[in-house]
Amino acid sequence: MIAELGSFSLMVALAVAMVLGTVPIIGAARGNAAWMALARPAARALFVLVVVAAACLVASFLRDDFSVVYVATNSTRALPLRYKVAAFWGGHEGSMLLWVLILSLWMFAVSLFSRHLPQQMVARILGVMGLIAVGFLLFILLTSSPFERLIPAAEEGRDLNPLLQDPGMVAHPPMLYMGYVGFSVAFAFAIGALLGGNLDATWARWSRPWTTVAWSFLTLGICLGSAWAYYTLGWGGWWFWDPVENASFMPWLAGTALMHSLAVTEKRGGFKVWTVLLAIFAFSLSLLGTFLVRSGVLTSVHAFANDPRRGVFILLFLAVVIGGSLALFAWRAPKVGLGERFELVSRETMLLTNNVLFLSAAGSVLLGTLYPLFLDSLGLAKISVGPPYFDVVFVPLMTPALFLMGIGPLARWKQANLPEIGVRLKWAFGVSIVTALVLPLALGRWSALAAFGLWLALWIFASSLVNLWSRLRPLSDGGLMARLGSLPRGYLGMLTAHVGVAVFITGVTLVKSYESEKDVQMDVGDTVAIGPYTFQFEGVSSGNRENYSYARGLFEVTRNGKVVRTMHPEKHKFVAQSEPMTVADIDTGFTRDLYVSLGEAVGPTSWIVRVYYKPFVDWIWGGCLVMAIGGALALSDRRYRLTRTADQPALDATLSAVSPA
Amino acid sequence: MKKLAALRFLIPLAAFLVLSGFLFKGLWMDPHQVPSPLIDKPAPAFRLTQVADPGKSLSRDELLGKVWLLNVWASWCVSCREEHAVLVEFAKTGVVPIYGLDYQDTRDAALKWLGTLGNPYQASLFDQDGRVGIDYGVYGVPETYVIDKAGTIRYKQIGPITPEILHDTIVPLVRKLNA
Repeated sequence: MIAELGSFSLMVALAVAMVLGTVPIIGAARGNAAWMALARPAARALFVLVVVAAACLVASFLRDDFSVVYVATNSTRALPLRYKVAAFWGGHEGSMLLWVLILSLWMFAVSLFSRHLPQQMVARILGVMGLIAVGFLLFILLTSSPFERLIPAAEEGRDLNPLLQDPGMVAHPPMLYMGYVGFSVAFAFAIGALLGGNLDATWARWSRPWTTVAWSFLTLGICLGSAWAYYTLGWGGWWFWDPVENASFMPWLAGTALMHSLAVTEKRGGFKVWTVLLAIFAFSLSLLGTFLVRSGVLTSVHAFANDPRRGVFILLFLAVVIGGSLALFAWRAPKVGLGERFELVSRETMLLTNNVLFLSAAGSVLLGTLYPLFLDSLGLAKISVGPPYFDVVFVPLMTPALFLMGIGPLARWKQANLPEIGVRLKWAFGVSIVTALVLPLALGRWSALAAFGLWLALWIFASSLVNLWSRLRPLSDGGLMARLGSLPRGYLGMLTAHVGVAVFITGVTLVKSYESEKDVQMDVGDTVAIGPYTFQFEGVSSGNRENYSYARGLFEVTRNGKVVRTMHPEKHKFVAQSEPMTVADIDTGFTRDLYVSLGEAVGPTSWIVRVYYKPFVDWIWGGCLVMAIGGALALSDRRYRLTRTADQPALDATLSAVSPA
Repeated sequence: MKKLAALRFLIPLAAFLVLSGFLFKGLWMDPHQVPSPLIDKPAPAFRLTQVADPGKSLSRDELLGKVWLLNVWASWCVSCREEHAVLVEFAKTGVVPIYGLDYQDTRDAALKWLGTLGNPYQASLFDQDGRVGIDYGVYGVPETYVIDKAGTIRYKQIGPITPEILHDTIVPLVRKLNA
């Protein structure tokens, strides 16, 4: 009965979404207040209905109801409780329900935090989101219901993919989807504004915090996915340019461009056309990502929904949503007009350059991801595009963007003065260059790549510091902390996120330049040296845990003859799966990771062993975390609270004077 | 001029439409399918012992003169389990003899597998070190080859055989080759 209740709840949700997607939008066009007023209650009802459906699915998992196909394929009785809940999004059908659940959560949030938006705008935004919900609910009900019955019921389930039985996997999909789907809010704002023809600073001010939240979630989601790949796949890699990773990275790049473009639209009223287009792009790329992952058009470990029927449906949906919004854009954008004029040297120009670079980066990732598909469908060749392409394209595109990151925040709006900026940043520039040239020597081996990467990171860090210092002076009243506290949070958030980027680049550069790995066959008592460490293999023991059996290696790690620690990489063999899973043991440190994983047994006591020495690898994810914290800081800016007290028709002069970010 | 300037707003839409065309085509292609360079080439020669009896061996040339299937399997292979049931059923029809190539396996595990799940094979070749597999360009188990009377590879199936593939591709091909 529970599964049927879930199905029924989704059907009612579909009906509600259909009403929400039509009535308020028509009401907004005709100025019918009663029709527009339907938007909020409908969005809330939709949320409640989808939550009921989701609860039904969770309940089916918890009750081990193997008469539900989805439960039978993604769970077993022995599955630990936390993974029974996470198995919700362990497969295709549940992932789609999670998508809708998060979409409705965002709609619910919009319905709560939109009290001071004009009624027409709320009606259009929630209406557009309602239409998106119609598409996804139809998709679930027609092709991918997680509530389908299996008759007769299975005795035992087929188990959740062991790779997914991991704490990182519990959190990664919800975070990622919060980001993906979060861009639907900015998208709905943009479509609503295009429909209403009111692309003004208020519109930008309202969509900005929503975009920032979504972006922060997406940053965390990608970060978790990368960390998960690092410690579960057993190859020590943190980014593979896999189509599925690219699918999440493209919206991130477009979303980053959008955040910066929104700043210009809010502060200067400029870039309106750009901003609208970027809002459409960010969400379109999220949808495209969903399509690429869910339809199985690209080879990938994730492509488990290889079913053309589903693919055709999502593609049609994509065509309607993206094609429709781009058509609307082509129709309405020419009338938007330009914002305020600005000089060639100004913050606007730099942000525009940033936009172009980020969009080019997203475009090149898209090209690299789809290139095999293009060639294949033209019958030209079967190829795959890997890291060499992406590395070659990415570094030249990102380098100027990173350099501008140091200058942009110091440049004035409208017209900046290059010599003046030069004077302010000469120390940051000099110090960062010298340090970057010397630092690699201290790390053992000079390399141009390391020096270059470090210089970019140090440059961002030093120029941010200069920027902050110029805002803190003079320290007359109250001292440092008081001054710091009085700075706008939006500004601090921006600096924090930029420093996060610097931390991230440091990690990437040092791992790329100084990591080492060894693949060796080891027998009991053998040693292998890597970096300043020596690993001695002490053998393998075996046993059983929760729902799998394991083989557990023992390694003694020494440095300069002293035992630093012991490490235990494992192999897990799950009952319902025959391929064993590799679980690396990682000793995480501030300046380096030690990473050991077991390969295959090649003799009674000898194993293939992989050891890695990864300097500063955790800075990669640390940097992402700092970026997300920056997003959260920006979100707590007081002007977002202030704007609730009054509907400001144009720029609030006093606010823009204190917060340039 | 003004008309032309407005046209640039159509660029994103046009680009998207081209992209959707490719994506649509992509739906009907199999990204995993890589055409084998061995198609229409002579099947590589081998002489291997049989899984069931280390004393008996079998070579490619002994199979000349009939159309046969070479199915690469292993007891450690997960998707072979799924495919095996299909093969056992198919073997009963006697449309074409199936020979197995037990790839990088141990004899005990292989015999246990055949004992529990049934044996659709006329014989299974024991390719312990995987050399023959390499000659045939095996890069994932299971794979299946259709080999004609002259010993030429006519078709290669990568991944498990399904009843649809048997019905739509393999059986018609075997009938044609036997005609």
